[in-house]
Amino acid sequence: MKTTRDSKFKHLKKQILLMGNPNVGKSVLFTRLTGVGVIASNYPGTTVEYSIGTMGFGDHTVKVIDVPGIYTLDPTSPAEEVAVNLLEEAIEKKNSIIINVLDATNLERNLNLTLQLLKKKIPVIIALNLWDEAQHIGVKIDVHELKALLGVPVIPTVAVTGQGVNVLVDMIKQAKQGHLDFDDNKRWHEVGTITEKVQVIHHRHHTVFERLSDLTIHPITGIPIAFVVLLIAFFLIRLIGEGLINYVADPLFENLWAPVMMLISRILGADSFLHTLIIGQLFNGQIDFGQSFGILTTGLYVPLGAVLPYIFAFYLVLSFLEDSGYLPRLAVLIDKTMHIIGLHGMAIVPMFLACGCNVPGVLATRVLETRRERFIAATLMSISIPCMAQTAMIFGLLGKYGARGLLPVFITLFFVWLIAGNIMRWLVKGQSPEIFTEIPQYRIPHFSTLLKKVWMRVHWFLREALPFVLIGVLVVNILYTFGVIAFLGQLTGPMIHKLLGLPLDAVGILLIGFLRKDIAVGMLAPLGLSMKQLIIACVVLTMYFPCVATFIVLLKELGIIQMLKAALIMVGSAFLVGSVLNLLL
Amino acid sequence: MNTIDVTQMQVQQTGKIMLVEGGHGLVRRLEAMGVRPGVKITKLSGQLMQGPIVIKVGSTQVALGFGMARKIKVLLPAPEDNL
Repeated sequence: MKTTRDSKFKHLKKQILLMGNPNVGKSVLFTRLTGVGVIASNYPGTTVEYSIGTMGFGDHTVKVIDVPGIYTLDPTSPAEEVAVNLLEEAIEKKNSIIINVLDATNLERNLNLTLQLLKKKIPVIIALNLWDEAQHIGVKIDVHELKALLGVPVIPTVAVTGQGVNVLVDMIKQAKQGHLDFDDNKRWHEVGTITEKVQVIHHRHHTVFERLSDLTIHPITGIPIAFVVLLIAFFLIRLIGEGLINYVADPLFENLWAPVMMLISRILGADSFLHTLIIGQLFNGQIDFGQSFGILTTGLYVPLGAVLPYIFAFYLVLSFLEDSGYLPRLAVLIDKTMHIIGLHGMAIVPMFLACGCNVPGVLATRVLETRRERFIAATLMSISIPCMAQTAMIFGLLGKYGARGLLPVFITLFFVWLIAGNIMRWLVKGQSPEIFTEIPQYRIPHFSTLLKKVWMRVHWFLREALPFVLIGVLVVNILYTFGVIAFLGQLTGPMIHKLLGLPLDAVGILLIGFLRKDIAVGMLAPLGLSMKQLIIACVVLTMYFPCVATFIVLLKELGIIQMLKAALIMVGSAFLVGSVLNLLL
Repeated sequence: MNTIDVTQMQVQQTGKIMLVEGGHGLVRRLEAMGVRPGVKITKLSGQLMQGPIVIKVGSTQVALGFGMARKIKVLLPAPEDNL
């Protein structure tokens, strides 16, 4: 009997859909089930692109889909449409079951979706997640009664620790189609009846997290706290980034890699073309990882030695803020400010992500509801938010002047963000709706889930960025060797020199900036520029055009026409701001 | 009947939602979060200068814009009642 059911399952059920409200730990459960890392976040909307993984099931594998979080099957946003489409497809193919993930601390609201799912012709099993938290705050749920009322298996789980996940996997075969009978117009009434029967809430005092929640969202206490949080975040990123560079990356490159490179240098001979490509120039017979510009010297040092430590530090801090649940609160506090640039508070999330890399920043603009908002947000971050790779290089270059060198760059970019955003707010047609978001409870981020997420993001950076950097360095060397950059410099240089006060070589650097901004900033180092010239060059490099990776996603997200508009705004404002700086500084 | 909208509520005040006075889209979005007529609603905070308002319904906290909050009509308990 059991074998028949197993083989029947094997033939029919090839897919598991994880469905549930946002912030219920669905993505963590997905990671547990599949072992494939996935970005799991605490704010609504990060998994608009759904993830697919596989899971071993006896002697065969099934596909597991992490469906975007939804509150209802009556879609109200693009993300919810994706979720409903996935569900409808699965029902049509008759090859899937649903694991409906519920937040046990919030049974009533979660059951609203469950009841909608039980009306569909598809087997369902329920994971009652955050079970430990529910017990902790005094919510008692009678699992047997809930199972009896709903007519499908209900398994209490704690996804972050793995508690109950094995039981859930064992029970998957017993997923059943719901047979609950109720009038869909009275769904909330039915939800209320069920909740009343199965749930007892004990009276309790405010938890520390609830007090913290009140403090961080009240304007009088919340705004100072937000400043402190952001300052600490900034200093932590700087501390961890610089620490890793000084105590790990630099010693590794100087003591281990430099001797190997010197050996290759001697074998190749300092004058050969191959030497120029691979090792680059020697300074006093030594390799300078920042300036030599060979593929294996500067080409490896920039992404791995100078940028990677900052990328790691940034994503560690950002992921912590995300998983703790702070970002939606920050969004509420900053909402009014974001209205200046025609957006609402939740736009702070893509803006933050863009500080790491513009590509995930542009993708995250999907949390915004309208085309107008997405255009403004994507254009604005491409103009005025340098990615962490570029920021790290700017710090490396201007850091020696201290605040006098660094502040003009970042203050200028902030004002560009504000002013360009405000202009777009008036010029770009369309609607910008108000903020509307769930404020999830504070949670202490689960350490290994957090690390997994940081690793995913760092890994993504290495995979996407490293090839571009190496190609960038190669192209620079070839263009230099064949005199192309000198030619272009003479052609357009006088204009750049007149407007921006930069030397002829800057043209080549702007060209390379299209490949990688960090490499372009690195190319400024050997030019012997003054502080003023460095500041102007850093600002213009940030603004004038997105790097090729960002350009491609912008093109996909905005379409050609909108992209052209955005590009015009970028080039125009870059030269305008650069010229103004040249006059003022 | 002492009906006001959510923007007029005091922070930490609790009332009962009587009506959501908006288009179908708004009513649906709010309902999906559990914000619907008949349930208890507590205002947790309001930002300065008509900024967003945070409310609590059941154990769900929701931040919404001032304009949306104005469309949610709430009945406050009479002083002698215990809600």
